Amino acid sequence: MNFRAIQAIYLFEMARTWRTLLQSIVSPVVSTSLYFVVFGAAIGSRITEVDGVSYGTFIVPGLVMLSVLTQSIANASFGIYFPKFVGTIYEILSAPVSYVEIVIGYVGAAATKSIILGLIILATAALFVPLHILHPWWMLTFLVLTAVTFSLFGFIIGIWADGFEKLQMIPMLIVTPLTFLGGSFYSVNMLPSGWRTITLLNPVVYLISGFRWSFYEIADVSVALSLGMTIGFLAICMTLVWWIFRTGYRLRN
Amino acid sequence: MLASPPIISVSNLSKTYGSGFKALNGINLDIRRGEIFALLGPNGAGKTTLISIICGIANLSEGSVSVGGHDINKDYRAARSLIGLVPQELHTDSFETVWATVSFSRGLFGKPKNPAHIEKVLKDLSLWDKKDSKIITLSGGMKRRVMIAKALSHEPQILFLDEPTAGVDVELRKGMWDVVRGLQASGVTIILTTHYIQEAEEMADRIGVINKGEIILVEDKAGLMQKLGKKHLKLYLQGKVDAIPASLAAYDLELSDDGRAVIYNYDTKGERTGITSLLSDLRDAGIRISDLDTTQSSLEDIFVSLVRAP
Repeated sequence: MNFRAIQAIYLFEMARTWRTLLQSIVSPVVSTSLYFVVFGAAIGSRITEVDGVSYGTFIVPGLVMLSVLTQSIANASFGIYFPKFVGTIYEILSAPVSYVEIVIGYVGAAATKSIILGLIILATAALFVPLHILHPWWMLTFLVLTAVTFSLFGFIIGIWADGFEKLQMIPMLIVTPLTFLGGSFYSVNMLPSGWRTITLLNPVVYLISGFRWSFYEIADVSVALSLGMTIGFLAICMTLVWWIFRTGYRLRN
Repeated sequence: MLASPPIISVSNLSKTYGSGFKALNGINLDIRRGEIFALLGPNGAGKTTLISIICGIANLSEGSVSVGGHDINKDYRAARSLIGLVPQELHTDSFETVWATVSFSRGLFGKPKNPAHIEKVLKDLSLWDKKDSKIITLSGGMKRRVMIAKALSHEPQILFLDEPTAGVDVELRKGMWDVVRGLQASGVTIILTTHYIQEAEEMADRIGVINKGEIILVEDKAGLMQKLGKKHLKLYLQGKVDAIPASLAAYDLELSDDGRAVIYNYDTKGERTGITSLLSDLRDAGIRISDLDTTQSSLEDIFVSLVRAP
């Protein structure tokens, strides 16, 4: 293992995060606060409890996941797309590093950033609603797993994209709708049964459900299934990354 | 002297792109340890593709390459850690400082921190006073040197310079070549591509010409310079001559098609060019001259004739 290379890439990416602190951290926090004001205070006050918790409290895990998902993808896809775009990728490709090391460096930094962000949003939420976390370690496990999985997914998008439009396309057209329809703002059980079945095809449902369970022990699907689906998606992303480096797809051609 | 094994050995290397374009076709090339090798070729000849494959940026289609005895695929870590690459395009970060980006390169190549080495590299390249500047604020020539500093940060044994002096002013270019000579003196092997024939003449120990994905010539500079030493003196005549007078048969003369000029080929490296005696013999033969000019066959001419050959 070339640990120094992993460290170099990781620190390089984290330096980018600190340099762009305002847009990296502040803007997601502001937009999440807006969700709380609109959904939690304004609309939420007219909604009765969901599964035994107040609506404002209910949406917290979903909102954190919403940010972690989108930020993981955005960070990781940009992190690898940008060197491709400006050409500095030549150095990474010519260095004595394995693809595992490249991935750990880039994906690790992107995931770190979105985990920090998730925790900040959680802290912000605590200012608006009473928060209690029944299973903090499970909460962290789901947070880390999700951040890593979607950073990997973002990494794949960043390698696949050959223009800024494509970089935005998947997050905008697929991930955001899936997240909104994945039970961030409602319980899947509130839906009519037909819609409920369709919703269960959405992988984000399992992430949010598991994450919410670690807070309140309320879940749309069983925790084991949530965990299994998350790890399954992680495995799919890892396989894709392995294939990318094995074939040199969009990197060494 | 016993020949040491080549530091880079390319055998039967071919590269076909996904589009079906064959960029390299059966390349065989050995680079000797410690030499400066200049690779010349027109645009699209495959210079950059060849360098990219040796350095690990592009996959090869057929053949094999070994660097320092290590296969670039099977033993890529050992092979790549010997190489520093300065690509042709100015690919730099923007918001990092010079110090940070050069230190990053060293870490990427798995070398422990060594501020003293990086300080030396930056000083050698006259970048020391810019070490805390963001790269985006630097001029093109400075960015080029930052890229060289990155390549040297991990103390490579082989340095690839792809068009290193494009867009670099004369003063800087000299400084850069001083650095390259210093590197060679310390045992680094240097492979460069350039469009400036003078540079190849001045710097290289050997010269290779690549065209349409094939190596068409590899020769010691001395051998090439012999061909380059030829000069042509064209004498424009006041009148027309039908044939070169017998009294001038001793000179290597050609008569132009219209009979209004004679061309004298001579060797500038020779002890005597024979120009003085030719001019007096011409006068004695009653031939009057209205004008003259001289041309030298350059590496460029040789190069063009090689590349144009079917």
